[in-house]
Amino acid sequence: MRWLLLKDLQILRRSPLLVALLVLYPIVIAVLIGFAISRGPEKPRVAFLNEVPPSASVLELNGQKIDVSQYGKEIFSRIDPVPVQSEQEAIDKVKSGDVLGALIIPADLTQKLQAGTGPANVRVYYNAEDPVKARFVQDTIKSEVQDANTALTKQFTKIALNYLDLISKGGNISIFGKSFSVLGLAKAEAIVNAAQAGLPPNDPLRAQLGQVANFARLARDNLDLSNGVLAAVGTPIRADAKIINGGTTPLDAFAVAIAVTVSLMFVTLLLASGILALEREENAFLRLVRGLVSRTGLLIEKMGLAALCAIVVSLVMLAGIALFVSLEWGRFPLWLVALVFGGLGFGALGVAIGGITREVRAASLLAFMLALPMAFLALVPSGAVSSGLYNVIKVVSALFPFKPTLDALNSALNRSGSIGLPLLHLAILTVAFGVIARLSLRRFA
Amino acid sequence: MTEATATERTLVLEAHEISKRFGEREALKRVSLEAARGELVAIIGPNGAGKTTLLSILAGIQRADGGSVSRPPGEIGWVPQQAAVYSKLTVAENLRLFARLEKRPDVEETVERMLAQTGLEQRRDDPVSQLSGGNKQRVNIAIGLLSAPDVLLLDEPSAALDPRQRERLWEFIRELAARGTTVIYSTHNVHEVERHAGQVVVLADGELLFAGTPRELEQIAGAPDLDFEEAFVAFLRQRGH
Repeated sequence: MRWLLLKDLQILRRSPLLVALLVLYPIVIAVLIGFAISRGPEKPRVAFLNEVPPSASVLELNGQKIDVSQYGKEIFSRIDPVPVQSEQEAIDKVKSGDVLGALIIPADLTQKLQAGTGPANVRVYYNAEDPVKARFVQDTIKSEVQDANTALTKQFTKIALNYLDLISKGGNISIFGKSFSVLGLAKAEAIVNAAQAGLPPNDPLRAQLGQVANFARLARDNLDLSNGVLAAVGTPIRADAKIINGGTTPLDAFAVAIAVTVSLMFVTLLLASGILALEREENAFLRLVRGLVSRTGLLIEKMGLAALCAIVVSLVMLAGIALFVSLEWGRFPLWLVALVFGGLGFGALGVAIGGITREVRAASLLAFMLALPMAFLALVPSGAVSSGLYNVIKVVSALFPFKPTLDALNSALNRSGSIGLPLLHLAILTVAFGVIARLSLRRFA
Repeated sequence: MTEATATERTLVLEAHEISKRFGEREALKRVSLEAARGELVAIIGPNGAGKTTLLSILAGIQRADGGSVSRPPGEIGWVPQQAAVYSKLTVAENLRLFARLEKRPDVEETVERMLAQTGLEQRRDDPVSQLSGGNKQRVNIAIGLLSAPDVLLLDEPSAALDPRQRERLWEFIRELAARGTTVIYSTHNVHEVERHAGQVVVLADGELLFAGTPRELEQIAGAPDLDFEEAFVAFLRQRGH
C-alpha cells in the first residue's frame, strides 16, 4: 500500500496547479464563511415577556410622561418577537432552539427607572451552544438596550440639569410627596455676603448662618441624588444575560474552528474522491485489485492520503492563524486527534463520492455540491428558521462529517464542550461511508 | 484440433466448461479452452460473443458461475484493452511501481529487463502521457509481463493503433511467444488472426463454435476461394449467427 501512497504523492507533486487550487480554494472559502458568520439573520426570533403591568407602563420623570411600551415597539421593528406567557416558557423556547434568545422585562422596571437611583435590569437568556448565535443575540439585545438607554438618557439628562439649576438658582422640589424650598447657591452667596458685610466681628447672627447651614446640607443631599442620577444616565437599563446551554467560546475562536474545518473538508473530499476516480480513469483499478491490492486496502490508502494532506494543510493554516489569534498550543495533541478523526470522516465520504461517480470531473462536482450545503446547514443557528425545519437541518447535518468535525475542533481549540461525542460520531460516519464506498466498488470498473 | 497435435503440445492452461450468466443472459455456455507453451491463441467472434468475459474469468477479474481454470489468476498475466498505466508517471516509474506491488525480488533489475524487452530504454524517463498509442500499449503489456507469467492475456491489444504501430506490437508479441510465453488475445481484426494465431477460438452468443488453426477454420467453412475474413463470416452464417 505504501507504494501506492508514494505513487499518488508523485502524481500530486506533478500537478502543481491542482495542489495550489486545493490549498487556496478552501482558504478563500473559509475566509468568506468567517466573514459571513459575523452576520446573523436580519430579524431574529426572540421570545419576549413584558411583566410590566399596562397601568405601570408610563414613567413620569421630571413631570414628563414616558410610555415604556413605545420603546418596546422600536425593539420589535428589529426583532421578530415571539410572545410568551412566562419566563419558564421563554427559557424552554430558547432550549428547544425555537428562538434565538429571550428578553424579559421585569415588572419593577418602571419603578426602578422612576426612582432614578440606579440602573434597572432586563433579563436576557440565550443558548451559547453555537457561538455565532450567542454573539448575535448578545449584539442584538445590546443594541436594542442601548437604543432604549439613549432615549431614556435624554430624559435623565434633563432631570440632572434641573437639579443643577435648582442648586444654582434655588426653588421648590417635591420629594416623596413633600415640597421643599431650596435656597440656591446664588441666594446663599448673597446672604453670606450680606451677613459678612453687615456683621460686626463676633456678632452671632445665628439665624442667617443656620439658613446657610441648611442650604449646605440640602445642597449636599441634592448632589448625592445627582450622583445616582448621573450613574443612571449612562445605562438606565442593564441587560442581565444568562446562558442556558453551551460554553463561552468567543466568536473569533469559533471562526478559527470553522475555517480549519472548511479547509479540512475541501482538501479531503476533493482529494479522496478525485484520486479514487483517477484509478478508474487511468484504467488501473482492475489491474490493482487483481491480486496486487485489496479493494478495502485501496480505499484505506486513498482515505489516508487525503486525510494526511488535509491535516498538513490545516496545521499550516493554524500556524498562520496563530500569528494573529492566540491559540493554546498546549492542546496540540487534541487538535491532532480532532483533525485525524475529521480527516478520516471526510476521507470516507470522499471515497464514497469517488466510488459512486467513478469519474474525476463528476466526483469533483459532487464533492463541491455536497460540501457547501453541508457546511452552511451545520452553521444555521437555531431560531433562525422554524423549529421543525431546524430539526430536519440537525438530522441532515448529523449525516455528514462537517458538524462533528467542527464540534471536535471547537472543543480541541477552544475548550468548548466534550470532544468524545464528536469523535465517536465521526468514527461512526467513517465506517458508514467506508461501507458505502466499498459497496460502490462492486460496479466501479 | 487433431489428437496428434494436442499430445505434442505442452499445455500450460486449460479452461473447462466455463459458464457465466448476467441475469437472464447467458454470457458463456460451458466454454472450454486449451493453450500450449509459446502458443498464440486468438479469441474472435461478433460483438457480445463473450470474448472479454472469457478473458476476465481467466484473469480472475470475474468469477465464473461454473467450470474450472487450471491456473490461478496470480500465475497469469493480464493486459486490459486500454492502457492501465499512470499518465503522470514516467515509463520507468510505472514499471517500478507495479514491480513493487508485484513484490518482485529485484525491482530495478525487473524494470531494466522490461525496458529492454519493450525497446523503451530511450523513453524510460518520459511521462507515459507523452508516448504514442503503440508505446503506451507496450508499457501496458510490459506491466502484464512483470511477474514473468507463463500465460499472458491480451484484450484487443491492437485496437486504436495505426498500422505501423500495430505491426511493431505484433513483432513484440511474436517475440514473447517465441521465448515460450503463451499469449491468448481477443480481437476483431480477423487478418491478425490469420497472420499471428496458432490457434483460433470462435465464440458467438457465449457459445464455443470452433477451436483449431486458422487453416482448419477455412476448411470447415468450405469456402476455399474466399479470404480468411470472408470464410469466417461464412462460417458464422452456417452456424446461424
